[in-house]
Amino acid sequence: MQLHLDESVDNFTDEFKKLSNIDLYNCYQCGKCTAGCPVAGFMDKTPNQIIRFIQLNQPEIVLNSKTPYICASCNTCSARCPKDIDIARVMETIRILGVKKGIKPKVKGAAEFNKLFLKYVKTEGRSYELGMTAEFNIRTGQFLKDAALGAEMFMKRKISLLPEGVKNKKRIKKIFEKSDYFVSRNDSDNKNIKEH
Amino acid sequence: MDYGYFPGCSLHSTAKEFNISTKAVCDEIDIKLKEIDDWVCCGATPAHNTKEELGIALPYSNLLSASGQGLDNVVAPCAACYNRLKTAKHHVNNSETIKNRMTEILGDEINTDIKVFHVLELLRDEYGYEKLKTMVKKPLKDLKVACYYGCLLVRPTDVVNFDDPEDPVSMDDLVTVTGAQPVQWSHKTECCGASHAIPQTNVVLELVRRILNAAKIAGADCIAVACPLCHVNLDMRQSQINNEFMTEFKTPILYITQLVALSLGVDYKKLGFESHFNEPFTLLKEKGII
Amino acid sequence: MARVGVFVCHCGENIARTVDCSSVAERASKLRDVVYSVDYKYMCSDPGQTLIKDAVKKYELTGVVIASCSPLMHEKTFRRAVSEAGLNPFLCEMANIREHCSWVHEDKEDATQKAFDLIRIMVEKVKRNHPLQPIRIPVTRRAMVIGGGVAGIQASLDIADGGRQVVLVEKSPSIGGHMAQLSETFPTLDCSQCILTPKMVSVNSHKNIKLYTYSEVESVEGYIGNFEVTIRKKARYVDDTKCTGCGICQQKCPMKKIPGEFNTGLGKRTAIYVPFPQAVPNIPVIDKENCTYFKTGKCKACEKFCDRKAIDFEQKDEFIKEKVGAIVVATGYDLYSIKKEQNFPTVKGYGEYGYGKYPDVINSLQFERLLSASGPTFGEVKRPSDGKTPETVVFIQCVGSRDDAKGISYCSKICCMYTAKHTMLYKHKVHNGKAFVFYMDIRSAGKNYDEFVRRAIEEDEAVYLRGRVSKIYQEGDKLIVKGADTLSGTQVEIAADLVVLATAMTAQSDIVPLAQKLGVGYDKYHFLSEAHPKLRPVETNSAGIFLAGACQAPKDIPEAVAQASAAASKVLGLCSSEELEREPYVATVNETTCAGCGFCITACPYQAIERKEIKNRNGEVLKTVASVNHGVCQGCGTCLSICRSKSIDLAGFTDEEVYAEIDAMFA
Repeated sequence: MQLHLDESVDNFTDEFKKLSNIDLYNCYQCGKCTAGCPVAGFMDKTPNQIIRFIQLNQPEIVLNSKTPYICASCNTCSARCPKDIDIARVMETIRILGVKKGIKPKVKGAAEFNKLFLKYVKTEGRSYELGMTAEFNIRTGQFLKDAALGAEMFMKRKISLLPEGVKNKKRIKKIFEKSDYFVSRNDSDNKNIKEH
Repeated sequence: MDYGYFPGCSLHSTAKEFNISTKAVCDEIDIKLKEIDDWVCCGATPAHNTKEELGIALPYSNLLSASGQGLDNVVAPCAACYNRLKTAKHHVNNSETIKNRMTEILGDEINTDIKVFHVLELLRDEYGYEKLKTMVKKPLKDLKVACYYGCLLVRPTDVVNFDDPEDPVSMDDLVTVTGAQPVQWSHKTECCGASHAIPQTNVVLELVRRILNAAKIAGADCIAVACPLCHVNLDMRQSQINNEFMTEFKTPILYITQLVALSLGVDYKKLGFESHFNEPFTLLKEKGII
Repeated sequence: MARVGVFVCHCGENIARTVDCSSVAERASKLRDVVYSVDYKYMCSDPGQTLIKDAVKKYELTGVVIASCSPLMHEKTFRRAVSEAGLNPFLCEMANIREHCSWVHEDKEDATQKAFDLIRIMVEKVKRNHPLQPIRIPVTRRAMVIGGGVAGIQASLDIADGGRQVVLVEKSPSIGGHMAQLSETFPTLDCSQCILTPKMVSVNSHKNIKLYTYSEVESVEGYIGNFEVTIRKKARYVDDTKCTGCGICQQKCPMKKIPGEFNTGLGKRTAIYVPFPQAVPNIPVIDKENCTYFKTGKCKACEKFCDRKAIDFEQKDEFIKEKVGAIVVATGYDLYSIKKEQNFPTVKGYGEYGYGKYPDVINSLQFERLLSASGPTFGEVKRPSDGKTPETVVFIQCVGSRDDAKGISYCSKICCMYTAKHTMLYKHKVHNGKAFVFYMDIRSAGKNYDEFVRRAIEEDEAVYLRGRVSKIYQEGDKLIVKGADTLSGTQVEIAADLVVLATAMTAQSDIVPLAQKLGVGYDKYHFLSEAHPKLRPVETNSAGIFLAGACQAPKDIPEAVAQASAAASKVLGLCSSEELEREPYVATVNETTCAGCGFCITACPYQAIERKEIKNRNGEVLKTVASVNHGVCQGCGTCLSICRSKSIDLAGFTDEEVYAEIDAMFA
């Protein structure tokens, strides 16, 4: 891979800072996030490498990596980062940015799961396990995935046939419609940035 | 005092044992739980991974409902719901911009004073472990428990902030109160894979294998959890793990509230043990608890 | 009648390029009370100075204004010149028309006008200047060194060899400090004690050094050249005039299992003990907290067996006063602990490495003791939990250091070097052993330092992994280390037998009371503050008090020794004559108008002002006024601004002089 760093027109690091409220210039690439990440073994780029590519203004590489979708939001990285950088939020920002830009994640099923979960929450107000997993299996072509477990769950009455809905369904629909991808922050709203 | 109760979607389905046992414990010690009217899903992982504002507005709307009902606190047993409620509150408290956006989206003035408790906090801080100890009727002697906190109870530290993120003891201390023995083990706060269970099952299998293995090495008889997703991943998937990795795990996974309820003398038949994938009856009989 | 001379310097092109010097000199000659005004290319040169001297004599000048560079450059030069011509040097002032004018402005007309204004202002001041004499204070030509580590030892020897008496005060039972705990030193791999003990012995036998061990500084009075320090000599319960150091008391003591401080808790000692065999002085101390007699009233075995009758259970702390002219602070460092309980409230422990509960996760000083031939395992590398020889050792650098989240942002400087050393020494002792080092950067900037680190990697096959470690946990009898190697972009897991943490070098946890007694400043990490980080690294802002070694900042042994010698040279300079000369910019109190309110006493940052009673012939106190100690006063002027009755004035910058400048500015 060859990077031509003089050629970046937009400053992705700064744009990223506005969206995520995190200043990635602070990261000194110590690798502690990678060291403690429980799922790093499944990633194509390690967490510190993702941050490195943001520091080097490479949105394409970052948005097309599997890594943000393998991330389980366990927050171990953020809890241990010596520079108090919220790496979990960095990954979350990439995921949201991916949804906003319509990018299909390189991890199969990642986008479908979130979409389906929220689809039922939007219409019913609460999640609908059976409907969501069934539709997920169909859409990802894994018709019999977890079928035995699902059946056992059903027999133990741990999942219901029909969705459990709320009364005021209009309210929740409104919340979905009014919510934006990112909170528009201005520069003075600095409380969330951990400064040194 | 009335405590607002936010069960969350899981406690009404895959984690009904958690719901039953939490209510049983509160009944025994006279804590009145009032379920929030018409509560909505907190959004869990998908909401905050799709739209930042949705991830804050969904949980916050529940705090508004509680506040509207005259409640000034909310107890959420599910660690994920607890984490989302606290995160929403944290964002609103620390950012004028977010506070204003929430007012716009939810259409109501925000009450920032409402408190959010996890059931562990409720028992430790509101009720008190010392007091709880005096209510124990059947100490769970000889039971070695690995307390599994997972991620969302202890991180992010500035949001949750009720126990040490590297070496938490609130659940261990509660287990001691019940008469059982908490074991020292290495994977107290290691992630189980959470909501990757459905879209990336292979990841969850590996992560859970590590946890089950660590508990076994530490000599634990069972693992105590306080999160529905951790429970499902650790309990339901043991057979899949055994198939995949040629292991022989048969570790009962119990909700902490089930253990507390047992020690308070609640009838074991009323705690939902029959719907566990890894039946705990053999173990409990062995230890003379039932 | 004032007769002022004005001398305008061109400074080559520096001033003349922007300021029209001859026209400025010409205009200055027309000022009232200016009787001579001239411009010249280089005023500071020999001919320039001669020009000034001749003018002083010829025109009988009563004041001189030199318009040239900054006083920091040449005030001394010009004052010496006028003094040679018979004029009091404090009647010579400089108007800075270079740094404050020609070097910062471009417009020639404006700059020229400004230069003239600056001269005009200075002329008004110098007309009101008083002739001043430098202040002379007597000097006690002895020094005190606080701290008996390698820095304190070096400073003491250098001062003593320079012919001055030194009082060395050390709080632990022996001198030697942390260097005595080391096995071998980088980059030469010299045996640490072998190179240190000769110096320790020299200290003990030097005729100019008075050694107080197991002693601390109780209080400090006085000022530069005239300190009086009270030392608390803690009770050893052993009479140091009788004890011969035979050691029988330690053999007979029944309390044998106390974790010893010198062996960093890895070895055991007795209640009556000498910290290590080569201790200086070789006189034991009874640890009261753990002594059977002090706890229960029984035993006294040491007393029974001591044939010199040197044990004295009734001994009390002794207070000794010493008068010295200079003090060198060489109190050294502590190491960061990963435990949950911390000495500094801003620092956090390392929960992810176990908060110190794993016996086989040790720090670097503990590893030194394992390597040391005189250590708890006699130089064999054995792990604390089960005494087995570790086959896989993981070394982790930057534990605490460079970690904002833990509260320590600085680099501890020595860890990269000593970790490389550890890998080499480990490999030399355990031939089949494997050493892994987790690092962020390698800082090996000294002479032969980088080559030393390369040796560890190239010859002794240490595996260096670039990344931090996120977690260490116990699995069976192994320690699982989860780290990263950013160079290969991988997560790295190692099952280690022993983990050695290079923990941060910190200030001593109890340094603040001592710093406050001395009036020495410290930073947020409690490292003592030097007067200027580049140009005055061994002085402090308290005149007469100097720093040496790690109490100022993390550093290695060569730097500590160099600083110690530097501090010693400052001390010898201070003590070189019977009297100390100071510039006369000191405050003086008008005792008639002084109301004795004491505001100035509180305000003075140097504690230079005291209360003084004015008595009549019968000894009755008429009034109490403030009085300035001219030996300590630094001429900052704070007291002037706070005095409500304008009873205090500053020589060289009197109210009259300064107001004259201000009036002239707006004329």
